[in-house]
Amino acid sequence: MKLIVNGEAHEVAATTLAELLAALDYEGDWLATAVNSDLVHKAHRAEFQLSDGDRIEILSPMQGG
Amino acid sequence: MLELFGTTLPSRLLLGTAQYPSPAILADAVKASGTSVVTVSLRREMAGGRAGENFWSLIRALGMRVLPNTAGCHSVKEAVTTAKMAREVFGTTWIKLEVIGNHDTLQPDVFGLVEAARILCEDDFAVFPYTTDDLVVAERLLEAGCRVLMPWCAPIGSALGPINMTALRSMRAHFPDVPLIVDAGLGRPSHAATVMEHGFDAVLLNTAVAKAADPIGMARAFGKAVEAGREAVRSGMLEPREVGMPSTPTIGKAAFS
Repeated sequence: MKLIVNGEAHEVAATTLAELLAALDYEGDWLATAVNSDLVHKAHRAEFQLSDGDRIEILSPMQGG
Repeated sequence: MLELFGTTLPSRLLLGTAQYPSPAILADAVKASGTSVVTVSLRREMAGGRAGENFWSLIRALGMRVLPNTAGCHSVKEAVTTAKMAREVFGTTWIKLEVIGNHDTLQPDVFGLVEAARILCEDDFAVFPYTTDDLVVAERLLEAGCRVLMPWCAPIGSALGPINMTALRSMRAHFPDVPLIVDAGLGRPSHAATVMEHGFDAVLLNTAVAKAADPIGMARAFGKAVEAGREAVRSGMLEPREVGMPSTPTIGKAAFS
């Protein structure tokens, strides 16, 4: 399946958002995820089914003004 | 003391966490400023979660309340989704709502801002809207559910200071009971003292401290300026007058001829 993750194209075998995070070596409690511009809560990542062409944003705390 | 959304804050200075020379200087500047609220953001995580975790550990160690922002968002959808993501990560309903409308001035898109504010207020966010000094927009934000307003005093990062003090004074006069925080454009401690002397409840700044030659010293200076301005307005300042008036008593002055 082809996905856009944080603006970059990825070809992955993962079918859920939780599997995708594991496959791309994302870990930790301080991540927020969105698929196609909508928030996917942490508790829903394991059941969230990805589709070809989905755009995923994986964000974390950063400096801000 | 300043009370926002039921939380009493000992300091009237809110400080940004971006652009410091190092994490250690950021931490020391935050402490030197005396602030109790720091702004943070969310950005794409490129290090598997570790970059964000390192920063977040630093902020948590400071023991400050955090005010996440939606900086860089140019649409209502972007801002609302970012706010929801921030609520999940930072565990707070507080959100500094930015919907940017102009690339050069970083002026807020006030139409999108009001729409995003309404959506987030209905979702029980405590919205801190980054807005202009326009009174009609301010009214619309309050109607949308905002209980705090954050007018700019000049473009973000410009260091120009209050370029339209007349408009800011008017805003203060029109909304005597709404907490007003001057956000963006402050360059010097005297700018912060000036707006505080005009009765603003607090200031939020970042670049003026972070990009100073000595951010820690500048953080301390801004902290003092904010306190000085607040103390001054509470103490009743003299109205300026066009003619001189001697401060030393004239009665009893010796006459030499």
